[in-house]
Amino acid sequence: MRVSVPKSLDAALGLLAEDPQAVVLAGGTDLMVAINFGRARPEHIVSIARLAELKELVAGEQVLCGAGVTYTHLLQRVRDRALVDAARTVGSPQIRNAGTIGGNLGTCSPAGDTLPILAALDATIVVVSRRSGERRVPFSDWMRGPKQPALEPGELVLRAEWEEAGPAQAFLKAGTRNAMVIAVASLAMVVDRARRRVRVALGSAGPTIIRATAAEEMASGLIEEVGWERPLTLTEAARARFADLVAAAARPIDDQRGTGAYRRHVIGVMASRALQRTGAAA
Amino acid sequence: MTQVRLQVNGAVREAEAWPGESLLYFLRERLGLFGSKNACEQGECGSCSVFFDGELVCSCLVLAAAAEGAQIVTVEGLEDDPVAARVREAMVAAGGVQCGFCTPGFVVAMTGLLRGNRHPSDLETREALSGNLCRCTGYVRIFEAVRRAGDALE
Repeated sequence: MRVSVPKSLDAALGLLAEDPQAVVLAGGTDLMVAINFGRARPEHIVSIARLAELKELVAGEQVLCGAGVTYTHLLQRVRDRALVDAARTVGSPQIRNAGTIGGNLGTCSPAGDTLPILAALDATIVVVSRRSGERRVPFSDWMRGPKQPALEPGELVLRAEWEEAGPAQAFLKAGTRNAMVIAVASLAMVVDRARRRVRVALGSAGPTIIRATAAEEMASGLIEEVGWERPLTLTEAARARFADLVAAAARPIDDQRGTGAYRRHVIGVMASRALQRTGAAA
Repeated sequence: MTQVRLQVNGAVREAEAWPGESLLYFLRERLGLFGSKNACEQGECGSCSVFFDGELVCSCLVLAAAAEGAQIVTVEGLEDDPVAARVREAMVAAGGVQCGFCTPGFVVAMTGLLRGNRHPSDLETREALSGNLCRCTGYVRIFEAVRRAGDALE
């Protein structure tokens, strides 16, 4: 095993071009566990943990979030409510000070806490390599499967970009305590009133992040009726119908953290609450 | 093996290490700094907490060979720190120490909390210490120690 610590992004891309099999180390919260437990023995590790070029965060109407931005910095700097709430549920302060959004994207787990929000914000992932330069990937194309990001050999996640979507956002996560929980299931909902767009995305509910498109259309219809600038008053029947549509989109499995049946149930409950919260935020 | 050179508690410390070694292992087994405890090795328990460029992290999740240039402060490096001194006294006075295994990690995390906020609310304390596990005290006396240390810092 050897470790390279490039001093610049350019040097990192050079190392990855020479050795596309090299494993990239960011915050270490996944890779170091695998190494500590003997589950991973990479031949070559390229550490990008301390590259200042990846830590830039521009938080305006267009958000540009460098891959090396930690959850702590995200929740201090970003205004998109769902992302702030999700970042705050990641691990503990120790984990939030280390883990990065680029690491969440690179690990590409369906339980990655920020991933449902990036889906619901229609984010674009910008990757870069020495050979092909920058390449833009819509989030909907990012996850090819569990732990299979749309990264080609030699490529590095450079940043995530999205348009700030206003205050009507919700993130909900089910687990056994508030801290240190890998999501049993999670849900992000964004009602972008300016762009007249509703997005609902589910985490830990299938092999990738799943969009609940039928539920999105139903919610759009409800909002259309009262007007996009106005708060939504919901009937019990509308909330139940929305919850059913969201739960029907999930493809949950039974595993050590929960059963598929429980996940589907809790996703319905979270969906009903998310519709209530985003509907009230006008 | 590879030569690793780190800034630990204000001094340059150098030793041979396996390239995949965690900072925690390096601190304990190469430098003899046994204050940071080795328990879960997966970032769950906080007993290996250190400051890394001023930020609280689990040293088990830091690759030692990639930490060159960072300022690392362990619980040993807090000996003369005025906030940590009040934290240690308060942990004794409040009975926040039982078996003591988690205590160094808690002292580091509590020092970090009180540096930024002398009088955290109960919820702020719980969130700030949520990455440190204690299986003896039930946390009540540790939270009491946070209050006492905050008062003593006035």
